[in-house]
Amino acid sequence: MKARVTVTLKTGVLDPQGKAIEGALRSLGVEGVASVRQGKVFDIEIDAADPAHAEAMLKRASEKLLANLVVENYRVEIL
Amino acid sequence: MKAAVLLFPGLNREGDAMRALEQASGLKPALVWHAEHELPAGTDLVLVPGGFSYGDYLRCGAIAGRANIMDAVRAHAARGGLVIGICNGFQILCESGLLPGVLMRNRDLRFICKMQHLSVERADTPFTTAYRKGQTIKVAIAHGEGNYEADEETIRRLEGDGRVAFRYCDAQGAVGGAANPNGSTNDIAGIYSEKLNVLGLMPHPENLIDPLVGGTDGRGLFASIASFSRAA
Repeated sequence: MKARVTVTLKTGVLDPQGKAIEGALRSLGVEGVASVRQGKVFDIEIDAADPAHAEAMLKRASEKLLANLVVENYRVEIL
Repeated sequence: MKAAVLLFPGLNREGDAMRALEQASGLKPALVWHAEHELPAGTDLVLVPGGFSYGDYLRCGAIAGRANIMDAVRAHAARGGLVIGICNGFQILCESGLLPGVLMRNRDLRFICKMQHLSVERADTPFTTAYRKGQTIKVAIAHGEGNYEADEETIRRLEGDGRVAFRYCDAQGAVGGAANPNGSTNDIAGIYSEKLNVLGLMPHPENLIDPLVGGTDGRGLFASIASFSRAA
């Protein structure tokens, strides 16, 4: 089974990297970019067959390590 | 004073930290590998040095903060034992849950390596008795992620309980403004745990212990710890 965990910064947390990318896109002439927030994507292969079990395991993984809940949110998707 | 200096792959300031501790206490600290489950018996102080543990992969300090030895460090801190984390060590203590908040990318996205003045916020903790309250000290900073952030409630609690250890200031002691190098909330350079026995700070006092290399303003921190341990 394949799964994807997406980690994003919480609203209101300053993201200087996102800001720099936003500026770079503008200077490249890419139009219509209002704002950019940078995050992380983890593609994970799982041995388990039961999606509910896999989801619970990935939530645990996200809260233990993948995301820092002080400043980040996470989303788990079973693909 | 029996000190233990932790070693994770990618740290590079452990030698400086050991030298500073030995200069202050006369005793050689133990170097403890991260995979160990226990600290040496009778450890008074655990020091988590700076560097780039695990190449700063995932988030600074995230992987080291979950290493085996950190369970022993949490137990040591819960018993009231002293813990200090410097630079990457501060990031590791935040990621391990020993200190609140997180160190984010510097406001200007640049790695900053320079001399920096700090204001000593209080001189009545195990780490600062050799300083005066409000004293300005000059130490080195070298970090890419030193921008301290926490939710509003945590910041209020840190400020209300006097848990800010050091703030960024200029040579005259004026806190903040252009003297804040990284955008850190309330110009925070270091914080204490609730019981004041755990300290995390971004600057490197261990590099300012010899007049030949820039000054001796960092000595006070190690002298404070050594005299606290003698008295205990």
